[in-house]
Amino acid sequence: MAITDKTIDYVAALAKLDLTAEEKARAREDLGNIIDYVDKMNELDVTGVEPMSHVLGCSNVFREDEVTSVPDPEGILANAPETKDGGFKVPRTVV
Amino acid sequence: MSYEYETVIGLEVHCELSTRTKIFCGCSTEFGGAPNTHVCPVCAGMPGTLPVLNRKVVEYALAACLALNCDITQHCKFDRKNYFYPDLPKAYQISQLYLPIGRNGHVDIECEGYEKSIGIHEIHMEEDAGKLIHDKWEDCTVIDYNRCGVPLIEIVSEPDMSSADEVIAYLEKLRRTLQYLGVSDCRMQEGSIRADINLSVRRRGEEKLGTRTEMKNMNSFKAITRAIQAETDRQIEVLEDGKRVTQETRRWDDSKCASYAMRSKEDAQDYRYFPDPDLPPVFISDDWIARVKALEPEFREDKCRRYVSEYGISEQDALVLTDSVRMADIFEETAKICKDPKEAANWLMVEAMRIVKARETDPSQMNFSPRHLAELIALVDAGTINRAAAREIFEKIFDEDIEPESYAQEHGMKIESDSAGLEKVIGEVITANPKSVEDYRAGKKKAVGFLVGQTMKAMNGRADPGTVNKMIVKMLDEER
Amino acid sequence: MDITSLSALELGSRIKAGDITSMDAVRAQFEKIKEREDRYSCYITLTQEQALRRAEQVQRRIEAGELRNQPLAGVPMALKDNICTRGVLTSCASKILEGFKPPYDAAVTERLEAAGAVMLGKLNMDEFAMGSTTETSCYGPVKNPWDTGRVPGGSSGGAAAAAAAEETWYAIGSDTGGSIRQPSSFCGVTGMKPTYGAVSRYGLIAYASSLDQIGPIARNVSDCAAVMEIIAGWDKRDSTSVRLDDYKFTDALVDDVKGLRIGIPRSYLGEGLDPEVKEAVIGAAKALEAKGAAVEYFDMGMVDYAIPAYYVIASAEASSNLSRFDGVKYGYRTPDFEDLQEMYKKTRDDGFGMEVKRRMLIGAFVLSSGYYDAYYIKALQVKALIKKGFDEAFEKYDIIIGPTAPTTAPRLGENLSDPLKMYLGDIYTVSVNLAGLPGISVPCGTDSSGLPIGVQMIGQTFSEKTLLRAAYAFEKTMPGMRPPQLDGAAVKGGEQA
Repeated sequence: MAITDKTIDYVAALAKLDLTAEEKARAREDLGNIIDYVDKMNELDVTGVEPMSHVLGCSNVFREDEVTSVPDPEGILANAPETKDGGFKVPRTVV
Repeated sequence: MSYEYETVIGLEVHCELSTRTKIFCGCSTEFGGAPNTHVCPVCAGMPGTLPVLNRKVVEYALAACLALNCDITQHCKFDRKNYFYPDLPKAYQISQLYLPIGRNGHVDIECEGYEKSIGIHEIHMEEDAGKLIHDKWEDCTVIDYNRCGVPLIEIVSEPDMSSADEVIAYLEKLRRTLQYLGVSDCRMQEGSIRADINLSVRRRGEEKLGTRTEMKNMNSFKAITRAIQAETDRQIEVLEDGKRVTQETRRWDDSKCASYAMRSKEDAQDYRYFPDPDLPPVFISDDWIARVKALEPEFREDKCRRYVSEYGISEQDALVLTDSVRMADIFEETAKICKDPKEAANWLMVEAMRIVKARETDPSQMNFSPRHLAELIALVDAGTINRAAAREIFEKIFDEDIEPESYAQEHGMKIESDSAGLEKVIGEVITANPKSVEDYRAGKKKAVGFLVGQTMKAMNGRADPGTVNKMIVKMLDEER
Repeated sequence: MDITSLSALELGSRIKAGDITSMDAVRAQFEKIKEREDRYSCYITLTQEQALRRAEQVQRRIEAGELRNQPLAGVPMALKDNICTRGVLTSCASKILEGFKPPYDAAVTERLEAAGAVMLGKLNMDEFAMGSTTETSCYGPVKNPWDTGRVPGGSSGGAAAAAAAEETWYAIGSDTGGSIRQPSSFCGVTGMKPTYGAVSRYGLIAYASSLDQIGPIARNVSDCAAVMEIIAGWDKRDSTSVRLDDYKFTDALVDDVKGLRIGIPRSYLGEGLDPEVKEAVIGAAKALEAKGAAVEYFDMGMVDYAIPAYYVIASAEASSNLSRFDGVKYGYRTPDFEDLQEMYKKTRDDGFGMEVKRRMLIGAFVLSSGYYDAYYIKALQVKALIKKGFDEAFEKYDIIIGPTAPTTAPRLGENLSDPLKMYLGDIYTVSVNLAGLPGISVPCGTDSSGLPIGVQMIGQTFSEKTLLRAAYAFEKTMPGMRPPQLDGAAVKGGEQA
């Protein structure tokens, strides 16, 4: 299927990527080829087949409602590019 | 030419479930705390971490769905809602889109003179996001993930409401039901219940729905009422001007009593929901449903009826007492111990509510022992303390849950049981205030009041005004 | 013989016997690493000080009589750099995780430590495990120890190369579409991907959550079995983790395949398969047949659909899993931004390599509204059919045998310009991940250029022991394999210095 510039802009926005013009052109071609190939799946008749998310068929995996975490704000913030007042610092978000 | 318009309102209500820990990790859900102290690598979205579902969250959500008359989706699962925002550390929120735990419910509300059923489209479980603190001094925002991962249920109503009154009635019913279940505190000021309002208007008689807007940031029932009015007016004005209402999200600013269109988030609102591969599906058996249903408490309507028949209090009073399940529980416990339901009711409806309002809190936060209130009532009944003293002591019970008997003793509030001593003091007061005596004798019965006051003063409050009044009158009449 | 040429179990028993200390082993290994790293670039991080300290600790415990039933106690190993190690850089070979030192250990890291393992360092890989050649690493490619002009395979290229080049006694890799098995086959070592859920994913930086598994890469089957005993186990922190009935994998190391029913899908041996690889794989089946196994060719459909299904599902999950890398909480943040949106976009565009970006775009596309049903849901349906196909096959056969890869190791740079061509090389391995099955790649010969060939054995879920038994019996028919130039000076293209 034809992947247009508009499509690339759309998915790049969803993926929060600031692609250069060169990257966009390449992505357009690559995605076009890959999606064409992936369209191969349309050869199959999948009527009535339940989409399988989990292979092992497990369900109801729970934990009990008990506090098991130990506060470690230093550990949590240790890798942050910027912090302030015990929190992660980012440019002002638009409200 | 102006038309008659009707308003169509639907609500999306988020309630924090009052489990001890978060939905997908073992962090505490305690409110407050220094930033990022109730946070672990899982809820901070660190790489390599995985969610594990808190069973209690499912139980509480299930209880809510049953109490709100929903069909239970016995095979339900979690989906990822993908978008970028700094309060969302994984850049996706684990929610339920395709198979929410409850659907097709309803809530019956009562408004001025009529009843109405408000449909609930669906209820689903999801995780809360963190908090953004917009710095006052620097042009930046600081993120605290303490709230991230706190379990929520989102209750999506049908667009069945048509006025602010109905919306408030609906919210109060939801709040009360969830509080009665004990699954959520539902305190708007703490943010454990939040409502977003979807509102559109249309000409009376039209079937097609108008374009709706979504409103956020109403932090009290009053703000909700104001916002509904303002938005209805605004939309009508737009239409009367011949323009179209824009579908958008608006932020309510209560201080300005106006709403503003929120700049649409830059990313396309394509959340790319897909089933979360890290979480196996949830199967809710018939057995589980039955067990949770069996734990349902007596709800407000039944409790009200029972209070009227069992305790002989008026329906009006029963409604007040049962508005908060905490108040109702305290009432019943107190009544059981002191065997004076009317007194118990009075203390709660009058004094307790006065203090609740003064402290700007709500009845669900009352935290004193019914036993202490019962003891207080007994002390008053026995004439050991007078009402003024009782009110003072009650405030202490409310705030600090003190023991009334020992408090009264320590603070010298017990009424002097020595009537001879009292007579002597009254005698002195009468002697010291000839004018009042004259006034009384001249027919001004009210002059007794002044003498009562003086006596109370001389007695340091340790007397019963009613008794004093009677004694003064007796002595004055006798002296003739 | 150099102790670095010993197998892991051999070293383990020599340490227990008191012949060698763990510290001796660490020192000997680092000597070889220093000699060889310039040639192969297997490692991203080396932790020599830490390794020696730890070796001392473990040695003391062994001498005190502890760790008696831990056959690999004191044996140094290395972990792929997408496995979290507390306080040690865990980069996924990506700029966007530069400087990231996790405040926690992965479950496997904890288990290995408890068993007395000693970590040498973190191994190079394709960025975020996306790739089949280890050429997408931001730290530069890994070279195949059999021919440094060729790739080691990927994404666990550093792990396989290090095991082959005797730069570690064993390695821990991860496998989402073949990332343990394929590089093992290109490097002439043994690599195993367990049943989905057998090994905890807690602390494995996720690529495709429904497909990822951690597994061992070593120089023989026995070592793999011994490592599996350490790392497999239920973990309450991973909701997809399962309990096995039986973790005694080393009990399976028995040279007996009498009556073992082996199936070879005809569709595995068709067009696109290198004739020398085909010959070697058929030879492996024959060797097992000579030992009493029953080998049969059969028709298994769906082979052509595994790759499209895999790439849709893996890209979709990856696009979501990698969204958390946004410059806010850890890793790289662009220095050049005016507002939040710019920060996000520049950080991510700058921090991720092209292959990763490509897959995130595909992933966003197949999940986007309008395409979700046609691509993502359809891929999940194809996945169900693939599983069904295997279930039917395993009613007749105990294991399925085939090539691990259609070729031997390609040259560096050969596949980079054509992603689709690269994806097609995964044809034999991806369906195993889609169905959640265990698979192992064992060396079965070399081609005329002297490059290793691997045979893949696939079992039904939880049949690791059957696989290990078959692999062990087969291995017994093969001479040992060792890259010829290991002890020589730096060479190119297979020539001796």
